[in-house]
Amino acid sequence: MSDFINDFWNIYVVVLVIASLLFCAFIILSNKGARPSGTVELHGHQWDETLAEWNNPLPRWWVWLFWITIVFAIVYLIAYPGLGRFGGKLDWSSANAYSKEVKDADAKVAPLFERYAKMDLKQVAADPDARAMGERLYLNNCAQCHGTDARGSRGFPNLTDADWLYGGEPEAIKTTITGGRNAMMPPFAATLDGEQVRDVVQYVRSLSGLTGDNMRIQRGKDVFATNCAACHGADAHGNQIVGAPNLTDGVWLYGSTEAIVTQTVSRGRNGHMPAHGELLGDNKVHLVAAYVWGLSNTTAAK
Amino acid sequence: MKTAAMGSVQETYDYRVVRQFALMTVVWGIVGMLVGVVIAAQLVWPELNFGEWFHFGRLRPLHTNAVIFAFGGCALMATSFFVVQRTCHTRLFAPWLAEFVFWGWQIVIVSAAITLPLGITSGKEYAELEWPIDILITLVWVAYALVFFGTIVKRKTPHIYVANWFYGAFILAVAVLHLVNSAAIPAGLWKSYSAYAGVQDAMVQWWYGHNAVGFFLTAGFLGMMYYFVPKQAERPVFSYRLSVVHFWALIFTYMWAGPHHLHYTALPDWTQSLGMVFSLILLAPSWGGMINGIMTLSGAWHKLRTDPILKFLITSLSFYGMSTFEGPMMSIKTVNALSHYTDWTIGHVHSGALGWVAMISIGSIYYLIPRLFGQEKMYSVPAVSIHFWMSTLGVVLYIASMWIAGVMQGLMWRAINDDGTLTYTFVESVKATYPFWFIRLLGGALFLSGMFVMAWNVWKTIAGQKPYNAPVVAPAAAHA
Repeated sequence: MSDFINDFWNIYVVVLVIASLLFCAFIILSNKGARPSGTVELHGHQWDETLAEWNNPLPRWWVWLFWITIVFAIVYLIAYPGLGRFGGKLDWSSANAYSKEVKDADAKVAPLFERYAKMDLKQVAADPDARAMGERLYLNNCAQCHGTDARGSRGFPNLTDADWLYGGEPEAIKTTITGGRNAMMPPFAATLDGEQVRDVVQYVRSLSGLTGDNMRIQRGKDVFATNCAACHGADAHGNQIVGAPNLTDGVWLYGSTEAIVTQTVSRGRNGHMPAHGELLGDNKVHLVAAYVWGLSNTTAAK
Repeated sequence: MKTAAMGSVQETYDYRVVRQFALMTVVWGIVGMLVGVVIAAQLVWPELNFGEWFHFGRLRPLHTNAVIFAFGGCALMATSFFVVQRTCHTRLFAPWLAEFVFWGWQIVIVSAAITLPLGITSGKEYAELEWPIDILITLVWVAYALVFFGTIVKRKTPHIYVANWFYGAFILAVAVLHLVNSAAIPAGLWKSYSAYAGVQDAMVQWWYGHNAVGFFLTAGFLGMMYYFVPKQAERPVFSYRLSVVHFWALIFTYMWAGPHHLHYTALPDWTQSLGMVFSLILLAPSWGGMINGIMTLSGAWHKLRTDPILKFLITSLSFYGMSTFEGPMMSIKTVNALSHYTDWTIGHVHSGALGWVAMISIGSIYYLIPRLFGQEKMYSVPAVSIHFWMSTLGVVLYIASMWIAGVMQGLMWRAINDDGTLTYTFVESVKATYPFWFIRLLGGALFLSGMFVMAWNVWKTIAGQKPYNAPVVAPAAAHA
């Protein structure tokens, strides 16, 4: 693939580069002059009463320094890309260098991961070496959202408790990591009027034991049955198939205050867990999944 | 040699605009560096980010614009208007236009101070100001060029002094850089979109960015060096020949160096290579300026012991030499792979900005202030000496802490475990950097405190004094 839309620009670059190097050589050569044998004299002009210039020759070491950098430039431009389309004698390119590095690194670490690929995920979770590798993968790839202690934060689920949005079985965790998840709690601002939102918010909060206005809670129960039960279930225990959270366990992904729950109901929520299958590959996903599973199944992991 | 201008009543130099710019150099120096200290503190204590307009992201461009264009710009304009008159042995061309340059430039600075915290920005580093301000900059710059080159044209000497070559190159190159990089399509009064897209935009941006360093922060200040160092040392410049070679090599080669800001990005490989090799070639031309300045002191080294202004000037050249060695090294791709995106870059920039640009400006302003108000010397020479040590210590604390922090960050980011995972998370490198950010804050605060000493000293020197305009000096007889 060429970086040039036509050959003019290729020639333009090559000519300009060579001319520039020649110009540098020219200004050194044209100012060499004879080194004076006696004392150095003033250049012969004077400005502002006292300003004058000696006519000292160029310091030799400095001229050498200049030449060395020019020669280096020439050698480098023969070896590496630089002169337009000419790719350099070493045939080096950043894209190839990158693929090679990735390939080499993968080849080096692949056996480490392959060892565990065939093992059952629960067995992997019980292996201390595998858990340590899983933890490092987790810290590199997951901690940004779920936190270094995996306890999550607002909008990012805690991975150390027994509460699972999409299921806590090994295969479910692997599916989540590989393909990602897109939660879709629709906004209800258009469907429900303000009173109804307030009622259902009070009801949902009461499910986790938070106190509220009894009248509203009663009315909210009806609103819930009509509008929310389809996903969250009539008993509000949620549905892992669609990722609808259990609303009765006191775990609040976005917060439990009236204001926040009201926001959740009226504007909806769109939690997004990105897919990591392509990024990590199956073998690494296997290890991370084992680590994550182990976090809430500590007895099994130990 | 001091004779009155031939056959006329005492004609005097136009020092008014020089005075204005010289005093504002001190004011904007304090403002710009204060903002720098604030954002350094915000990195140590994130609680100091208040609301949206007093936030690191908004204040950082304010800091860079204030120190480069307000402090550095005023210093360049003050000294160039002084030097061009003195070395051309004539008054300024169109002094009324110089007055416009002063007020226009102040309006640009104040507009920047208002719009940047409000979040009005074109998003181009060191060129954040939106298009209406860009147009004002263009007008001011054209006026600046007219006054400067107009004065050169009416000079009374056959030869143009070397300081003026550098000032001239700075003025011309910055005009080109500003026009090309700021080209944008307005989308409302305070919003515009760059005329370039994608990697071309990035390349134009860093062609501009690096030449802002090369011409604004280097060539311009070399002009300052070529006047104030030989003047203060009372010795001729070391080598005319060297000045010719390094001038042409410098202004020619800088234009190529921009791509080293975009190593290992979407920029094509050939462009990255060219940026790197020409950055290396820049080493000798840059050092030419340092050699010519420092060697000018031959036979006058003893003056360094007693003259704090000379200390400022010569130390600034040492920092110049150091950062122009560091720069080419950092442009080598393998070194850049470690240094890029780390605080090493910040350290490098400040060794140039504080060590070179600020210190040579401070030295030159100390030279100017008494002469602009008919005084022999600054009110307190010991205070100049104290200022010198505060600045030097401040710079050293600043750059040493940033070197360590930068190399540490680079090593932490690339450290990997046997299984190919990263040894450290990003936040661990942030945590490890805190102590160094604190030392940097101390260094910056020390440098800023020095500026307050300067402000006091300047005030004491000029308070109650009348502005003084020296009579125009006739060219030396050798010129006739």
